[in-house]
Amino acid sequence: MTVPIQCTPDETFVLNLGPQHPATHGVLRVKLTMDGEYVVKAEPVLGYIHRMHEKMAESGTFAQFMPNTPRMDYLSALSYNQGYVMAVERAAGIEVPERAEYIRTITVELNRISSHLLWFGAFVLDLGGFTPLLYAFDDREKILDLLERITGSRLTYCYYRFGGVYNDIDDEFIAGTREFIKRLRSRLPSMYHDLVTGNIILIKRLRDIGFVTQETCRKYGATGPVLRGSGVQYDVRKNEPYSVYPELDFDIPCYPEGDSMARYMVRMDEITQSLRIIEQALDKLPEGPVNAKVPKVLKPGAGDCYCAVEAARGTFGCRLVCDGGKNPYRLKLRSPTFSNLSLFGEVAEGMILADALAFMGSLDLVIPCIDR
Amino acid sequence: MSDYWSDVINGTRSLVIGMNITVRELFKPVITEQYPHFVPVMTPRFRGHIELIGNEETGLPNCVVCGMCQRACPSSCITVAGEKPEGSKKKVLTKYILDFTKCSLCGSCVESCNFNAIKFSHDYNLASTRKEDYIFDLVKRLEEQS
Ligand code: SF4
Ligand code: SF4
Repeated sequence: MTVPIQCTPDETFVLNLGPQHPATHGVLRVKLTMDGEYVVKAEPVLGYIHRMHEKMAESGTFAQFMPNTPRMDYLSALSYNQGYVMAVERAAGIEVPERAEYIRTITVELNRISSHLLWFGAFVLDLGGFTPLLYAFDDREKILDLLERITGSRLTYCYYRFGGVYNDIDDEFIAGTREFIKRLRSRLPSMYHDLVTGNIILIKRLRDIGFVTQETCRKYGATGPVLRGSGVQYDVRKNEPYSVYPELDFDIPCYPEGDSMARYMVRMDEITQSLRIIEQALDKLPEGPVNAKVPKVLKPGAGDCYCAVEAARGTFGCRLVCDGGKNPYRLKLRSPTFSNLSLFGEVAEGMILADALAFMGSLDLVIPCIDR
Repeated sequence: MSDYWSDVINGTRSLVIGMNITVRELFKPVITEQYPHFVPVMTPRFRGHIELIGNEETGLPNCVVCGMCQRACPSSCITVAGEKPEGSKKKVLTKYILDFTKCSLCGSCVESCNFNAIKFSHDYNLASTRKEDYIFDLVKRLEEQS
């Protein structure tokens, strides 16, 4: 005789998402308590890729920490590089030549576009569309080639130096960048917006799903496209301008809906804005040196300073405490992805599993950036 | 009901647009590099593992064994050793070992060298299953190259 399985209606089960899961794009583990297809509780478990970056900073010289910065967020490596370099420059009182600042702006915005393109491809892949990934990678490849020519690496760039950049850009890079701007501008409407943004499946999967309110953003410290997708027009480049951003004309895309579609639109518009920034920076690029005179062994005076930059995923902050020695006394790294992930648990409650994954994709998580 | 029909119309539109782009792309040239049939050429600034630069006249390493690169390396991958031959003032390099398993290709060593003694190689076909393949004896490498 078979006995029917007794099942109480409020029974839940635990589903492990990760640490090896294609939708988390890295070693993130999320403990999901499920009631059927619905998420009752979502608990991110971190630490699988913790590398003690902050401790490593304390045990080496200022320059020796430099190669660590791109390894935090490998997709927008240059922003992290810039954040750290700026903090040290502020601590040591180093003036950066103007040409170097322009080169930094051009390269960091190129990096932002490549980061958004990769996110675009991977996000649509999460939703089940494979082809757009290849089109996005085609364009991204062009950026990687451009940056490889001047920085020497393709992903974990370490291009900035205290007081300037590693080496100057050449005419070929400038011509290539201009050509790339033209190319991406011509491809954006058809290959990206017609094919994906207007696609009915994408709209149905993203619209009115994964609401993040301004209050939630404030509670968890979410920044970047997540915050701007909730209608808060906050961008470090405008609110606390650094480098040459005040001299350039660009807008901060902002959508008030707060759903996954809004975050998607913010990033797509940011690509357009970054193209504008690069174009203006190339036009204004002054002649001159690209490096300030900096002593080989840097010893900033005792003090405490903070520097924030707008990385592709939000505000990246560096708090540097110096005691007058050759090593940083303490370096606190504030990464945007950690705060952006923190709100996942609260917002994902009550969602269908497939929607929760789409929502997670719209947060644009980079796992090494969470763990540091 | 009107929602249903607008969905059908929008869905068909999305499909037509998608197929249009796919067909257009189908007749475009292949964009992927057909490795290993075609081998990419590295750009001049490409950062491979480091190698020693030989003196143009003598072919001997430019290195004066000052140890700056060893101290600059954040991952302690470099071991240099040298000795002073009798009657000579300068040290001569006898050993330059690079432990590539730890190297992050950051370039600190190249930047710290004041004697134009090391540079990045353009090798990238370095896959191996044995650790010993990544302990490079750069002095031997230079001898083989010349
Ligand atoms: S490239 Fe960087 S990690 Fe590699 S040997 Fe040179 S200093 Fe060390
Ligand atoms: S390679 Fe350059 S920095 Fe290193 S020991 Fe030789 S001379 Fe000194």
